[in-house]
Amino acid sequence: MNLENSLPLLVVLSSLLPGLVIFFLREGSHRLRTVLNLAGAVIKLALVVLLIWGVFHEHSYETRWTLAPGLDLVLHADTLSVLFVTLSTVLWLVTTVYAIGYLETSPHRSRFFGFFSLCVSATVGLALAGNLFTFVIFYELLTLATYPLIAHRGTPEAVRGARIYLAYTLAGGALLMVGTVWLHVIAGPTAFVEGGILNQMPIEYHPQLKAIFLLLIVGLGVKAALVPLHGWLPAAMVAPAPVSALLHAVAVVKAGAFGIVRVVYDVFGVNFVDQLGLLSLLGIAAAITIVYGSIKALSQDNLKKRLAYSTVSQVSYIALGTAILGPLGTIGGVVHLVHQGIMKITLFFTAGNYAETLGIHKVSEMNGVGRRMPGTTLAFSIAALGMIGVPPMAGFVSKWYLGLGALDAGMAWWVMPVLITSSLLNAAYFLPILHRAWFRPQGPEWPAEHIPAARFETSAALLWPPLLTAALALAAGLFAAAPYSPLEWASLIALKEYGL
Amino acid sequence: MLTTQLLYALSGCVIVALGLRSALLHSSLLQRVLAINVMGSGVFMILLAVAYRGAEVAPDPVPHALVLTGIVVAVSATALALALARRLAAEQDDD
Amino acid sequence: MTDVLIILVSLPLAGALLCLLLPRAATVVALITAVITALASGSLLYAVSTQGTLLYELGGWTAGLGIALRADGLSALLLVMVALVILATSFYASAYFSKSAARAHFWPLWLLLWTALNALLLSGDLFNLYVTLELLGLSAVALASLGGKIAAVQAALRYLLVGLLGSMLFLAGVSLIYAGYGSLDLAVLSRTVEPEPIAWLALSLMTAGLLLKTALFPLHFWLPPAHASAPAPVSAALSALVVKAAFYLVLRLWMDVFADVVTPAAADLLAALGATAVLWGSWRALRAQRLKVLAAYSTVAQLGYLFLFFPLLQALPPGPALDAATGGLIMLALSHGFAKAGLFLAIGVIQQRSGNDSIAELDGTAQRLPVTTFAIALAGVALIGLPPSGAFLGKWQLIAGSFATGQWLWIVVTVIGSLLAAAYTFRILGHAFGSQLYPSRAFAVAREEWPALILTATAAVVLGLAGASVWTLLEAGA
Repeated sequence: MNLENSLPLLVVLSSLLPGLVIFFLREGSHRLRTVLNLAGAVIKLALVVLLIWGVFHEHSYETRWTLAPGLDLVLHADTLSVLFVTLSTVLWLVTTVYAIGYLETSPHRSRFFGFFSLCVSATVGLALAGNLFTFVIFYELLTLATYPLIAHRGTPEAVRGARIYLAYTLAGGALLMVGTVWLHVIAGPTAFVEGGILNQMPIEYHPQLKAIFLLLIVGLGVKAALVPLHGWLPAAMVAPAPVSALLHAVAVVKAGAFGIVRVVYDVFGVNFVDQLGLLSLLGIAAAITIVYGSIKALSQDNLKKRLAYSTVSQVSYIALGTAILGPLGTIGGVVHLVHQGIMKITLFFTAGNYAETLGIHKVSEMNGVGRRMPGTTLAFSIAALGMIGVPPMAGFVSKWYLGLGALDAGMAWWVMPVLITSSLLNAAYFLPILHRAWFRPQGPEWPAEHIPAARFETSAALLWPPLLTAALALAAGLFAAAPYSPLEWASLIALKEYGL
Repeated sequence: MLTTQLLYALSGCVIVALGLRSALLHSSLLQRVLAINVMGSGVFMILLAVAYRGAEVAPDPVPHALVLTGIVVAVSATALALALARRLAAEQDDD
Repeated sequence: MTDVLIILVSLPLAGALLCLLLPRAATVVALITAVITALASGSLLYAVSTQGTLLYELGGWTAGLGIALRADGLSALLLVMVALVILATSFYASAYFSKSAARAHFWPLWLLLWTALNALLLSGDLFNLYVTLELLGLSAVALASLGGKIAAVQAALRYLLVGLLGSMLFLAGVSLIYAGYGSLDLAVLSRTVEPEPIAWLALSLMTAGLLLKTALFPLHFWLPPAHASAPAPVSAALSALVVKAAFYLVLRLWMDVFADVVTPAAADLLAALGATAVLWGSWRALRAQRLKVLAAYSTVAQLGYLFLFFPLLQALPPGPALDAATGGLIMLALSHGFAKAGLFLAIGVIQQRSGNDSIAELDGTAQRLPVTTFAIALAGVALIGLPPSGAFLGKWQLIAGSFATGQWLWIVVTVIGSLLAAAYTFRILGHAFGSQLYPSRAFAVAREEWPALILTATAAVVLGLAGASVWTLLEAGA
């Protein structure tokens, strides 16, 4: 049991064990709970730094445990998993701080933070999965861990929203599992190998492989909110803001998108998928989702619902990048995994701030909020501009690479219109909010001022996380060329996938 | 050719069939219990037929042991059934 | 070392008699017996894993005239499951019956049930199996009627009559086998049985009798009333163990003794009935108004999954694929045993706290008992077949076997059944989330909540993570 064997497992355990302990804490043990949460997050961060360093220097970290003949649970760190693990870990730390502030007076905090930790453990396990079997296991565990978070408030709407979420995700999980078993039966244990292994399969298996690919993508597409499988996402908005932030930026939706990336690159191999004629199909699905999500976002007055449809649209950039053949498209898609996460979490943090501090749930209630809550609105503005794709924000970098990749692959004639339309639509539903917040005069009074204006506009635990993530979004764009930036890491991943 | 053995075995089958029919069709509790006992007797008869090894040789003791055990089991089961039926009748009388 | 086989049968029997003789000390005697028997079961498992199949001949008489007790990997695994479930449920029962006059009747019958189960799993002889089946049925019926209510007595009586009918059919089959082949020993028969009319008829009769006892659709009508009206510990044993024992016999007869006689068409018939059981049982569970009725119909459905394996085991050639599928079947059976027992115990806790087990009125009770609700959640995970439960691995093998043999229908049935199971599980769990605040203490785990938690955690986590040993044990004891 040396470091090579145990490091991936330790990364998962660093949030699992505190989570299990937190379940048993009394409601009033506020300090102990905070210590456990933050200690777990910091330890995980330290382990992840070690992981980054190791993978960069070509070390191999793998934990393997046999569950049944031919079925091994494998946690393996490669460049792609390190990208997702780092995103999850950093954002978890920030979200924990935010959640502690947000849920200050709410009941059932021990239950919440227990499942919160389980959720992150599942996400990290999914990121580190070394084969499709392990991925499926953590994918389902993620569904189980997130259900209590969505139902947390206990209102009939919350329970209903959680039930809709389950209906979609369990059905998707079942399809994913059936596809994986099928693949196992015809191709053996499917470890994730850069460049994929299935192109070796004889040609009589190709129809089956096509069917398997469709099953896998549909199963993953439910969590990744590909249209028309996205119905659970708006319903899940009943969850408290930290949960929405986590779900949309880091955990559930990203897990689906990450899965699609894994299946296309590390199971089938992107050239093979193209050979089977399915790559363009994926691209079309992604394009439809991008445009549809943006159009629906325009008509939403509820701020969180608008952000939800924005997520539906934005996450499909990742799928689009996957569908663009060539390293540049890959870089664009993969780096957007990180960029979208940072920007979207900022938006949800700020939405939560508006709701908690001033009782604002609708866009129409946001007149002049920039004067009352300048820090929050600044963070919101940075993230929104990033979503639109304004340089030098992180979102611009992703779209740039997607465009370049499309040109490179000869797909520019339909990808560019999609990118441009989407950016215009993003502008159409974000800029009016910014205009309202900064330039309109304040209304007579706020819907429900829970936190009065003191030295800072709202409590510290609510204010600093969005400012931090907004700064990260800015930095990811400005310093994209620096070593260890998300973009550099994505380029490394693309190099490995294409064997360059 | 209808030997003694075959005659007994067939009679046993017929008794089993009659018992089964009665157990499935009648809804009265007592009749069902009796029908299952009749079925049991039919099966024992088949076993007795199986034990016959010829006029000169002693019969096979194994099926006889099975029949004896089966009778004991049937008696205990019938006793339990009747006890439960009596309990049920007592409860229903109280209403 | 083979003495452990006879110890496993005589120890609970002795305990039962002691409980009869010392009614005041019955609880203590029973618990001590339970612990020792559980340890003995563990040592049997260890012995089988190191030495392979164990054989014990009663009285030293060899097979033919004598009765043999035989333990291979399959029986050892099921025996350990029986032991652990009964041990945990015994601790629960000691709290459940603590204030009841039924205590003096419960313990002897409980230990007799255990004796019958052990004897059934270890029997190597057809007639011995008949006797143990009867003993099992009689003790189960007596336990089921302990509730005292009229519904319980009615359901128990129906259970008894159905059981007797089944046993008669089984005995008829046994007599035909003896008439045809002159032996009752399972090992001898597996060598000598030929595919001919007398074997077909005998197998059909025995299977019909056993299907009545294992409540396969459409012969399942007696199960929901009986399991729903019995006291909670009894329901746990009935659903988790008693029907499982009858299934074990079907498996043994079809895969071991009569392996040459079984045809693909017959296996398909069993699986078709199993598929109907899965869909019908899950649907009725979804519509149930009471927790216990839901759990009983869930048992009907889960047993159906076990029968889906038969065509796969028939069609796969001997080799790694067949071993994997067989292990999957056993894993599914084990997982269901632990999960269903834990579920009934958790329902028992809820029923005692709130006076009823109605699902619509579950809100306050579920929220006041977080540990029990969590146990129900774990049971649900194992019943649905989500990771990391043993059932996940079992269903994986079911689906893999179906793909490998090209029998796609079972995959569709499994997926629909699992989603229906998710529907009825989360129907219960939705009541665990409310907007009212109930005071909660750390470690508010009462004594009676632990058994349910441990049993369901075993099904949902331990079996899944330690699962590889099931396959190893099955091979070692083969």
